[in-house]
Amino acid sequence: MVKDPYPDYMRESINKVEKTREKRVKETLDQCSPDDITDVLNKFHPDFIKEQKTNLRFGVSKGEVVPLEVAKIIETRSILDPKKVDLNKIDFDVDILIIGGGGSGANAALWAMKNGIKPENILIATKLRMGDSNTTMAQGGIQAAVREVDNPAMHYLDAFGGGHYENEPPLVRRLVKDAPFMLKWYEELGMMFDKLDSGEMEAIHGGGTSRKRMHFAKDFSGAEIMKTLRDEVFNNKIPIVEFSPAVELLKDDKGQVAGAVLLNLDSKEYIIVRAKATIITTGGFGRLHIQGFPTTNHYGATFDGCVMGYRAGAPLKLMKSVQYHPTGAAFPEQIVGLLVTEKVRGKGAQVLNKNGEQFCFPLETRDVEASLLIRECLGKGNGVVTPSGQPGLWLDSPLIDLIHGEGTVEKNFAAMVRQFGRFGVDMIKDPILIYPTLHYQNGGLTIDENAQTPIKNLYAAGEVCGGTHGSNRLMGNSLLEISVFGRAAGISAAKNAPKVILGKLTLEHVTNYNTLCNEHKVKNPPSPIIFPDYTSDKHKGRLLPTDFLT
Amino acid sequence: MTKTSAEIKQEMVKIYVANTEYEVPSNLTIMKALEFLGWRLERGVGCRGGFCGACSTIYRLKGDHKLYTALACAAQVEDGMVIAQIPINPANKKLYNIDSLKAVPNTMLEFYPEIARCISCNTCTKACPMDIEVMDYVQAALRGDIAQAAHISFDCIMCGLCATRCPAEITQFNVGILARRLYGRYIAPKYKQLSKRVDEVEKGKYDAEISEMMKADQKAIAKLYNSRVREKD
Repeated sequence: MVKDPYPDYMRESINKVEKTREKRVKETLDQCSPDDITDVLNKFHPDFIKEQKTNLRFGVSKGEVVPLEVAKIIETRSILDPKKVDLNKIDFDVDILIIGGGGSGANAALWAMKNGIKPENILIATKLRMGDSNTTMAQGGIQAAVREVDNPAMHYLDAFGGGHYENEPPLVRRLVKDAPFMLKWYEELGMMFDKLDSGEMEAIHGGGTSRKRMHFAKDFSGAEIMKTLRDEVFNNKIPIVEFSPAVELLKDDKGQVAGAVLLNLDSKEYIIVRAKATIITTGGFGRLHIQGFPTTNHYGATFDGCVMGYRAGAPLKLMKSVQYHPTGAAFPEQIVGLLVTEKVRGKGAQVLNKNGEQFCFPLETRDVEASLLIRECLGKGNGVVTPSGQPGLWLDSPLIDLIHGEGTVEKNFAAMVRQFGRFGVDMIKDPILIYPTLHYQNGGLTIDENAQTPIKNLYAAGEVCGGTHGSNRLMGNSLLEISVFGRAAGISAAKNAPKVILGKLTLEHVTNYNTLCNEHKVKNPPSPIIFPDYTSDKHKGRLLPTDFLT
Repeated sequence: MTKTSAEIKQEMVKIYVANTEYEVPSNLTIMKALEFLGWRLERGVGCRGGFCGACSTIYRLKGDHKLYTALACAAQVEDGMVIAQIPINPANKKLYNIDSLKAVPNTMLEFYPEIARCISCNTCTKACPMDIEVMDYVQAALRGDIAQAAHISFDCIMCGLCATRCPAEITQFNVGILARRLYGRYIAPKYKQLSKRVDEVEKGKYDAEISEMMKADQKAIAKLYNSRVREKD
């Protein structure tokens, strides 16, 4: 007899969910009106809590509204002491340096290679392994306007409106126009997207879409993309240095970016990479745990790329806007924060309060949906609270099999069934508890539609960038973003690098930034932070002092 | 009456890491238990959610000979757990160009001839933290059944635990990805509408409409956005 993972009071709430299930099959609540949207965002979205934000005090984007946690790591000195770095000995001399080995980085490398750069003249530097990224964990799918009832113009409108009209139009245009091309290329690489017997790729809705255009590979969409791209990077012998995070960008005496300083995590040595083009593909910032939220992000998502770019003078935009995925696991405790893909709602699961009742349309855009969930729990007190104090709402996964037939959950959500199953929760039989979790960095480094930042020789692609999604990203547009802009960065860098002539290497921009920090009497710990610190306080007070980094 | 979390005393268990005995809260995953001990992880850590295969771990339970495998991020500690991590597998990876491969029965054997050494011991299947029938897909690959090998291995996160345990020294997870790519590229039916749409975009079919929206003021585009009709599910 398997022990019920749910305590009695949660099991009672589940019983209520079961009682209402039959009647709810046909029940669809109305979507929010534009006024409802404004109201619930202003009152319940974490972005709108003014005390949690501040304005950047110095640097190229002085005045930019950012979360407190971001200000803490950007308004601070570097972990690198430029005085202790010998820039005369160059360890790698390449055409293109790619910082970050996820989906954007892999795309950048492969498309640079396809556009004339020899593999041996590319270097991918990554803090963990090649492929360790948010890409790997993306579950839902990739948007592309392919079907005849759909087209890129509709995709444009969905993305632009979903982003609250704050998106950069040229970026959205590139995103939606290149989408079918990238999906076709992925098919040619051999990625196994879910298809009908006719060859047509299955497509479903995501939050905020007007047409079904989310293509997926079971609930492993991101992993499928990442594994295949990584295999291609290996097959083409593109050089990689793993466990070697970049800690600062290099510039030359003409003010152009000239590569980066990496840190070898094993030997603790610094590595000088001179590069004619540098592409930042470092992903997101979930491990900063904005406002204490748990996160769906991988371990290395610590905002490093933005920090380094900012010190080199690259502007940031839309940093006020943080995406909380409406459905992160809220129980059991071991997996709190982990992603429960929007696709679960796409397949019919409804969100319910402790009484087993629906209270909102399940597929509003993410920011609206997250706010509605927070309102139901914190505003109306209708949520379930777990023994560890985590609030949550039910996501009625068993409804999916009721609608689509037995076996649907098992087939479509194999990874998730396993994730919950490891801790005794059966999402086929019982609803699962969810709550918003920190998911995606809407803002970031500014780029044009060719993935170029305003700084010469510096490119960026993927989650590290801001502007493509406005102040709210739609589901499936992130796997698309890494594809389209990773490729754009690779092509741009390949086109421009051969013309670049680099001068004398310098870290003066870092020295100047450190001086700015001193002038502003900054007291924050240095950055980039590279990894979050999950050790308990009792350990922190007893660390042996070391000074090899600064 | 259900106890509040404050009233419930945290149960502790004994685990063993590098010959040292430690007490850790029983509800932690192996990964969080190491962090509880003060470790700041750099290897053997990745997505922390069971997708990336970075945290491959093997363990025994003290006093028992049996060897178990797990992902440190997804396995809860048990009393008596003796833990060792294997953050990397020295994989045999063959290089190939997907464009010039042929989806014929011998292709996988050609690149990974060691699959012929498979002794059907099923140790790989027992080692897999994703419940994949690893031996079945290796045998399918040996038979030349690319589709079977692809479908059975689909959930593979390439953690390497199978390859680490295999007495025939096969790198199962690399055989798997070759099978999947061959299937996806050459066996799965092509999405014809996709080619058609790529062509239409290239010819500029949607440029005018998108251009108009790019020029529109916020009021106009908001009107367009709010009058969209959502396709039925």
